Amino acid sequence: MASQLINANPVVHERKARSVRQPTSAHDDLAVEPIDSLEVFDHVRDIKDPEHPYTLEQLNVVSEDSIAVDDKRSHVLITFTPTVEHCSMATLIGLCIRVKLMQSLPPRFKIDIKVSPGSHASEVAVNKQLNDKERVAAALENPNLSQMVDECLASSEE
Amino acid sequence: MAKKLGGNGAARLGFLHQLEGHTDRVWGVAWNPASRSGGAPSMLASCSGDKTVRIWEQQSTVSSSSPSWTCQAVLDESHSRTVRACDWSPNGKLLATGSFDATTSIWEHVGGEFDCIATLEGHENEVKSVAWNTSGTLLATCSRDKTVWIWELQPGNDFECVSVLNGHTQDVKMVLWHPSRDVLVSASYDNTIKVWAEDRDGDDWRCVQTLAEPGWGHTSTVWQLSFNMSGDQMVSCSDDLQLMVWDSTVDPSEWTGNGGGPWKHLCTISGHHERTIFSVHWSRCKSIFSGMGAQFSAY
Repeated sequence: MASQLINANPVVHERKARSVRQPTSAHDDLAVEPIDSLEVFDHVRDIKDPEHPYTLEQLNVVSEDSIAVDDKRSHVLITFTPTVEHCSMATLIGLCIRVKLMQSLPPRFKIDIKVSPGSHASEVAVNKQLNDKERVAAALENPNLSQMVDECLASSEE
Repeated sequence: MAKKLGGNGAARLGFLHQLEGHTDRVWGVAWNPASRSGGAPSMLASCSGDKTVRIWEQQSTVSSSSPSWTCQAVLDESHSRTVRACDWSPNGKLLATGSFDATTSIWEHVGGEFDCIATLEGHENEVKSVAWNTSGTLLATCSRDKTVWIWELQPGNDFECVSVLNGHTQDVKMVLWHPSRDVLVSASYDNTIKVWAEDRDGDDWRCVQTLAEPGWGHTSTVWQLSFNMSGDQMVSCSDDLQLMVWDSTVDPSEWTGNGGGPWKHLCTISGHHERTIFSVHWSRCKSIFSGMGAQFSAY
C-alpha cells in the first residue's frame, strides 16, 4: 500500500455541540422512542477516518442531515461524502458505517448506505458493493479488513 | 399482470417450526429429495455463517400429534469460513456444500452418519452456489471469481473438473440446472443471466445465450433463478426489485440460430417488492414465491 495518503490535507470541521436529549414524557418509561436521525448520527459521528486522526463528523463525511430514518418501516438511509472524489477509502468508510449501525440498531432495521450523489467517481460501483449483503458478509470475514474496521470503530477517549 | 395470492381460498403459508442451533445467520436450506419416501422421515440441511452445516430430521413419535424436529448431525471441521450454499444430489446420498473459503465439500450420507468424501478446490475466492444436475452426474459451482465450474462425478466418489466457464464480468451468485436437460443457468452481479450447454461434439461447454437485452434484462444483480416443473419457463429475481419470467422451451443445445437466442423474455413482474428480491422459487403447485428480508409474496 502506498505510503502517501489519498488526501493529505483534509478540511477539518468543528464538532457539532451535543444536545442533551430530554425525555419526552415522564410517565412513559416503558415506551420505546422511535429512532430518529439524530440517534443514528450519534452512532456514526465518532467513527474514525481510516487515514486521518479525525472523526467522520469532523471531516464532514457524515452529518445529521445526511441521514433519513423511517422508524415505522424500519428503514435507514445514510449518505456519506468521501473527502476526495477518487477516495479509495470510500468502501472502507461505508463498511465501517454499516458495521457500527448493525451493532447499534435493533435487528429489524434495513440500512442503505450510499455515497452522496456526485461525490465519487465510482459512485454506482461503490454503492452496489456497500449494499450487497453477501459481499459485505464476505468482506467482514477478511481479517485484514475486519481489523481496519475495528480500528475505525474503536471508541475515542475524550 | 400477475395476481397476488391470498383470500378467496387461495394458498397460504402458516408457520410450523423454528429450528435452533446455528450461532450465526443461516444462508441456505435444502430438503433431502430422498427423504419422506419409503417411510423415511423428512430431512433438511441448513448452512450457516457459523461455518457448519446442520442436518435436521423430523421424527414421528407415537404419542404426539405433530412430529418433532431434531438436529441429527452438525457437519463442522470442513469449512474455515461461512458455508453459503448446500444442495443434495438427486438420490439424497450426497450433499454438496459451498463456502466463502473457496472450496466445495462433498458429504456422503451413510446410515445416519455424514462423512466428507471430497473437497473441490479451484475457485479463487468465495463459492456462492452449488447445484447438482437432475441425473446426479454433474455438479456446478460458482464464485465471486466470475467463473462457473462443472464437475463430473467419477467412480469411487472422485470429482473431475470438466469445464471452467468464463464469461460473466462479475461475481456469479447462483447456478441452477434445467430440470430435464443438462443445460445450466447462472445469475450474476453483472446483471445478466447466462445459459450454458455442451457443444454438439461434447468437447466443451459454451455460453449459448446471455439474457440481458436492453429493455427487458435486469438492471441490477440477479440473485436467483427457478424453473417450473416442466422446465419450459424460468423465473429470475433481482436487486432491481423485479421478477422476470422467461420462456425456456427451446433446447439450447439445439440452437444454431443467428441473433437473439433460444430463450425469450415473457414478462416482467414489478411493483410488488420495495427492496432487493433475494430469492424466488417455482413450486410444484405452480405458484412462484419470492422473498426479500422479512416479507414474501406469492404469485
